[in-house]
Amino acid sequence: MANANAPAAIQKKPAIEHTNPMAKTLLAKLDYDQLTNCMRCGFCLPACPTFRETGLEPESPRGRIALMKAVADGLMDPDQAFQDQMNHCLGCRACEPACPADVKYGQLIEQARDAIEDHAEHSAPIRGVRKLMFKGVFPHRNRLKWLGRSLALYQKSGLRAIARGAGIMKLFPKHLREMEQILPDASGKGVVERLGAVYPAKGEKIARVALFRGCIMDVMFADTNVNTVKLLSEAGFEVVIPETQVCCGALHAHSGEMDQARDLARVNVKAFRDAGIEYIVSNAGGCGALLVEYDHLLHGDPEYRELGEWFAPRVVDVSKLLVEKGRIPDFAEPAAAAASEPVTITYQDSCHLRNVMKSSTAPRELMNQVSGAHFCEMKDSDRCCGSAGIYNVTQPEMAGQILEHKMEHANATNARYLLTSNPGCLLQMKHGIEKHGAKDRMEAMHIVDYLYERIGEKDGR
Amino acid sequence: MLDAAITQRLRQIVGDRNFKDDRQSLVAHSYDGTPMLQSLPDGVIYPESTEQVSEIMKVLAEHRIPVVSRGSGSNLCGGTVPVQGGIVMVMHRMNRIVEVDMENLTATVQTGIITAEFTAHIESLGLFYPPDPSSMKISTIGGNIAECSGGLRGLKYGTTKDYVIGLEAVLASGEIVRTGGKLMKDVAGYDLTKLLVGSEGTLAIITEATLKLVPPPKSKKTMLAMYKDLYGAARTVSRIIEAKIIPATLEFMDNPTIRVVDDFANLGLPRDMEAILLIEQDGDPEAVERDIERIRAICEAEQADRIDVAENREQAEKLLTARRSAFTALARLRPTTILEDATVPRSRIADMVLRINEIARKYDVSIATFGHAGDGNLHPTATTDARDLEEVHRVEQAFEEIFEAAIELGGTITGEHGVGLVKAPFLEWKVGSAGIGLMKGIKQAFDPNNLLNPGKIFAKETRKRVVINRG
Repeated sequence: MANANAPAAIQKKPAIEHTNPMAKTLLAKLDYDQLTNCMRCGFCLPACPTFRETGLEPESPRGRIALMKAVADGLMDPDQAFQDQMNHCLGCRACEPACPADVKYGQLIEQARDAIEDHAEHSAPIRGVRKLMFKGVFPHRNRLKWLGRSLALYQKSGLRAIARGAGIMKLFPKHLREMEQILPDASGKGVVERLGAVYPAKGEKIARVALFRGCIMDVMFADTNVNTVKLLSEAGFEVVIPETQVCCGALHAHSGEMDQARDLARVNVKAFRDAGIEYIVSNAGGCGALLVEYDHLLHGDPEYRELGEWFAPRVVDVSKLLVEKGRIPDFAEPAAAAASEPVTITYQDSCHLRNVMKSSTAPRELMNQVSGAHFCEMKDSDRCCGSAGIYNVTQPEMAGQILEHKMEHANATNARYLLTSNPGCLLQMKHGIEKHGAKDRMEAMHIVDYLYERIGEKDGR
Repeated sequence: MLDAAITQRLRQIVGDRNFKDDRQSLVAHSYDGTPMLQSLPDGVIYPESTEQVSEIMKVLAEHRIPVVSRGSGSNLCGGTVPVQGGIVMVMHRMNRIVEVDMENLTATVQTGIITAEFTAHIESLGLFYPPDPSSMKISTIGGNIAECSGGLRGLKYGTTKDYVIGLEAVLASGEIVRTGGKLMKDVAGYDLTKLLVGSEGTLAIITEATLKLVPPPKSKKTMLAMYKDLYGAARTVSRIIEAKIIPATLEFMDNPTIRVVDDFANLGLPRDMEAILLIEQDGDPEAVERDIERIRAICEAEQADRIDVAENREQAEKLLTARRSAFTALARLRPTTILEDATVPRSRIADMVLRINEIARKYDVSIATFGHAGDGNLHPTATTDARDLEEVHRVEQAFEEIFEAAIELGGTITGEHGVGLVKAPFLEWKVGSAGIGLMKGIKQAFDPNNLLNPGKIFAKETRKRVVINRG
């Protein structure tokens, strides 16, 4: 309209000479346009789990953006309280769909953490663990496999029983001890080792798709990966699993290790580029949400920009692909026939699947198609469960508070199965059932495992 | 900075956790929903009872420290920006529903309760609290009372003031007063209840409210009418009222809004329309059917280009999308969105919209207008960029002229957002110098030391009126 000539006068960032080095980095890394786009209407407040738990403005998206802007504008120093506040955000991004102005909050919080991380003075052990996990383990397939085999050995050899019996686990903080108990059996054999790199479609092929197998997913939840491939095959998809793919980089990005996240993204776009596929299928909302943003992540890299733009729009969650393109098999709940009444199932949204990949109806559609099952919506199912990547490890107090409320709602559904679409959420739900729930009556499962096990007649492979 | 002895006393009243003066709390309470305003307080306090508010107020009065009481800080007039520092008092912890009286059809609540949570509870009991400001998901009942919030249902059901029948408030001295009660009739002295509604936190701190409830309507029907002629739409509004039909909703969007909304929501709206009216009627099913048919006939007589009547709830939701998307669609255009609420007698809506468009052209700024046509309450919305000072200046000039035009047409500078900081320089245009004098007298009587939300409503000086050039 009339303003075509106006923006020339706009200064992109304030011309402030920061004396604090972290403030300088924050000003450089934060997208000042996005900070300006927040009009402080407050519509994000009711969507934010940490605001709802505390009722404190700095614990809200509007508050956190105001703090970022205040640092960028030289109104405050990025002190320890500021850094803690940035890390207190779950990164669930429930504020984004609530925002009238479409502020990219998720990007802002990652930029802030990235800047903080550049100046972080971690204690030596924390520094060691961060380096070991982010650089030494997640990106390396072989080391992960080794870790998986070791963990499997630990769990199966009786070493775990010894460790627990000898009280070694007591050396760890309580929340970590609790998490150790609910870890699924690890496996050194991933999906490719079990099914091969290409798995044919059952019946007429609808499309050739690629599985994003994930790093932790393929060690701790290799069965779910196997079931994902088989479920896709049942629905008419040929599945390839490009072997050079690596960790998605989400945990790195959320923890302020943006450069490492970008390195991983570069490997992944190359790994999938030549696979001759139409879709890249994710079965973990947390991974998928970063994969769909590879275009943004690689935006500033002239060499990889185009590849990022090719990759991002092809990423799709397994439920959505099944509903929109697949031949959905008949699902039947075996327990229902015996009990002569439907089995109640409920669902916890993966925040990143819902808020970033924008897929919330597809999983529900699938659950509604299971004969003999009754889908009961849980109150606040769209709210974060407190898992949030590694949040339940780094911020146990807030995560515990959120989980307690979550389980009140879960218990109120009286569901036999509590389903979810992301490994982190699944572990948190298992943890919640152990701690606050009906251990004997409720079971947490990945939606893919639940569905695949309920296909009536399937190919025996 | 507050004296340590004072903060110590405040901490003693509310407990250590509920008084904060760390840097991040101060920054996070330095703004509200109004663009381009920021001012740091000296402390933030979260009381949990009227008694605590009273104790706090006594300390603040003794030391002459200003206080801004607020809910979620979502207002659009700068009403809760602590321009003179002091204490920001956040009422969120006082969020109890004290009582729902089914015999008298009243509810008594603490004022920090979120409006939508209150209405959800009321509706679960089969009752209805009509005021529905667009911010109700986050705004508090206390904030709604302080600003006398309106909403989409204002035409038929009135605004917040029509539902507040009793209040408990803490005065600047710390004394507690109760006004009104569960009474539909009460003429015992001046009506202090109505005086406090819309007083923007400048007369007292409202801690509890007794609200009138009504039975909910049995059914509802929704329709959309589109016009190539703005006056046709405006005449439709007048003729509906003339026909003695009071619709539950009678909303308006102008052409710039239609274009933006269509770009945003891909609704396939005809982009050559000058106006869209969204009309809803509620009540007994037969009466609703009859009214909707009569309204349809009026729309046809006034040359509506297209009329869509929803046959079911799903279709109704679709028709509502356009109007509901208006704010979101506009907010995404440019970084800064300035939403005003100039209001005119409903018979002058078309004149006002044309004047707004003329003024926007004159100052070369983007202003789209939507709003509550049924009660003449329009939302001319400018989209700009706070960093472009020269353009922002033109936007401000345009709004001055819009306020002027509204008053000239027999209207007002603000219909439902309040005066606050933003419209203080223009208040005298509306109420005159005698009116300002009287209001200042009232303020003086309530708050002689000017501690309650100072700097709001009354400007240091009134803006000189612009001479409108109709060249």
